Amino acid sequence: MIDTENLTKKFGDLTAVDGVTLHVEEGEVFGFLGPNGAGKTTSVRMLCCLISKTSGQARIAGYEVGNDADSLKIRKMIGLVPDNVGLYEALSAYQNLDIYARLYGRSEAQRKEDIKNLLTMLGLWEKKDVAAATFSKGMKQKLAIARALVHDPQILFMDEPTANLDPEAAKTVRDFIMDLRKEKRTIFLNTHNLDEANRICDRIAILNTKLMATGTPAELERMVGGQKVVIQLDKANDAVLGALRSRFPDATVTVDGARLTIDLRDPEKRIPDIVDAVVKAGGRIISSTVASSSLEETYLKLVRREN
Amino acid sequence: MRLSQALIVASKDFATFTKKKNIIYTVFVIPLLVSFLLPAVTWYTSQRSKGLAATPADLVTLLPAFSFFFLILAGIIPAYIASYSIVGEKVEKSLEPLLATPTTDSEILLGKGVAAFVPPFGAILVGSIIFMGLTDFVTQAKLGYYFFPNWTTATLLFLMVPLAELMCVEWNVIVSSRVSDVRIAQQVGALMVIPFVGIYLSGELRFIDLGVVNNLLYIAGALAVLDAVLFYLARAAFDREEILTKWK
Repeated sequence: MIDTENLTKKFGDLTAVDGVTLHVEEGEVFGFLGPNGAGKTTSVRMLCCLISKTSGQARIAGYEVGNDADSLKIRKMIGLVPDNVGLYEALSAYQNLDIYARLYGRSEAQRKEDIKNLLTMLGLWEKKDVAAATFSKGMKQKLAIARALVHDPQILFMDEPTANLDPEAAKTVRDFIMDLRKEKRTIFLNTHNLDEANRICDRIAILNTKLMATGTPAELERMVGGQKVVIQLDKANDAVLGALRSRFPDATVTVDGARLTIDLRDPEKRIPDIVDAVVKAGGRIISSTVASSSLEETYLKLVRREN
Repeated sequence: MRLSQALIVASKDFATFTKKKNIIYTVFVIPLLVSFLLPAVTWYTSQRSKGLAATPADLVTLLPAFSFFFLILAGIIPAYIASYSIVGEKVEKSLEPLLATPTTDSEILLGKGVAAFVPPFGAILVGSIIFMGLTDFVTQAKLGYYFFPNWTTATLLFLMVPLAELMCVEWNVIVSSRVSDVRIAQQVGALMVIPFVGIYLSGELRFIDLGVVNNLLYIAGALAVLDAVLFYLARAAFDREEILTKWK
């Protein structure tokens, strides 16, 4: 549905997006994860034909981004929730949606039905005639999402839709995205909220100007941080720690109460040796498991490595 | 370019303006005030005691000059709407979602132009009709004929006022792309009135006879050239990439 190849954007000497190649499947929720200034918004703007690309290729549903004739077709099939909601504050919720529905060429009957459905679904129908200026941040964000959906787009770009929302409003927005996921829309979600990406997205790309990694949350957790052995002892002591450090000099051993985390290569193959070392040093093992790094650890490792 | 898309953008702006009392007052009240005030001044000057009262010859000089007030208004009033229309969207950050719709930059610009052009033109037209009717009413006895309408006023209202308004709108698009405060945009945008005050003063100081239609056509030609230059600059300023990456 969305394909890019070496997509690059430069502003003078500054490279905002550097050679990004990715593929997003139809019906997929694709998370674009990265710190502030990583190029997430610039990427979305390029894909939405809002700004030009400096080099590389991008295609949305087969249409070429950057080709003037294709740009209008692309904009007809996408919906955008920008990082700033950008509502017409003096106009009512209904008017805000109606203007956009008209710009997408929806008939009056379609508009009435779609707007009612969307506002009802988002719990805003009772406020349809109220000026957007009086809405809370969460309500404004919901209205911005409704606006992006008013023409029933195949692809939805969302640029940090839960940023600056209180936890309750953020949850409402996330739940709504989960509902959209069930409708098999393709959703491209910019976020720097790792938990959100982990919960909502089928696949995630980590961007820091360059694309650092792409995969499912589970793949990413394994990809960089790798796996580690977690040993739960009845009591940790210096003898056990000393034995592990001398026998596995390449490993990083951390202690949290009676729990030891041993970060080393090929942990699954080395569990027997680790258990042997602990037992010989007088340690009593309650459990031993191989655990993956968290998405947060993966993300931080990748971003710090690049910086 | 699709006019339908531009008209939807314009209708959005119209809907917004109806909620803004300051815009309504500026657009409609000022032309109405002028349309009543100028005939009142005319009536007063022709009713003063003998020796001080305006003669028919004075009135024939005074009335074309008065009608030029509507040209000056055409250089001011659209500034309020155009700057609000563009800087207002900048402040509300509503241009990005609008640009993401299947609407071209030119259609958005045209829509904003229509929204800034039509209400002032309507208000100026209504104001000038009231002005001409009342002026004829108070001067007919002294002049012995109805001074308005005439070709000078027709040229002024249907050629120069639209060109002046267009110039004002284009200038305000350029100004709006450089500032992010509606009031500053309106103040800088209103500087467009200066050339029209200059035209009025040139008439008063007898550099140009503004009662001669040919002279007005020459001025209109110059305005049309300036309009074309400003259109080019405004179109360059209203480019989606510029708007999203360089507008402050």
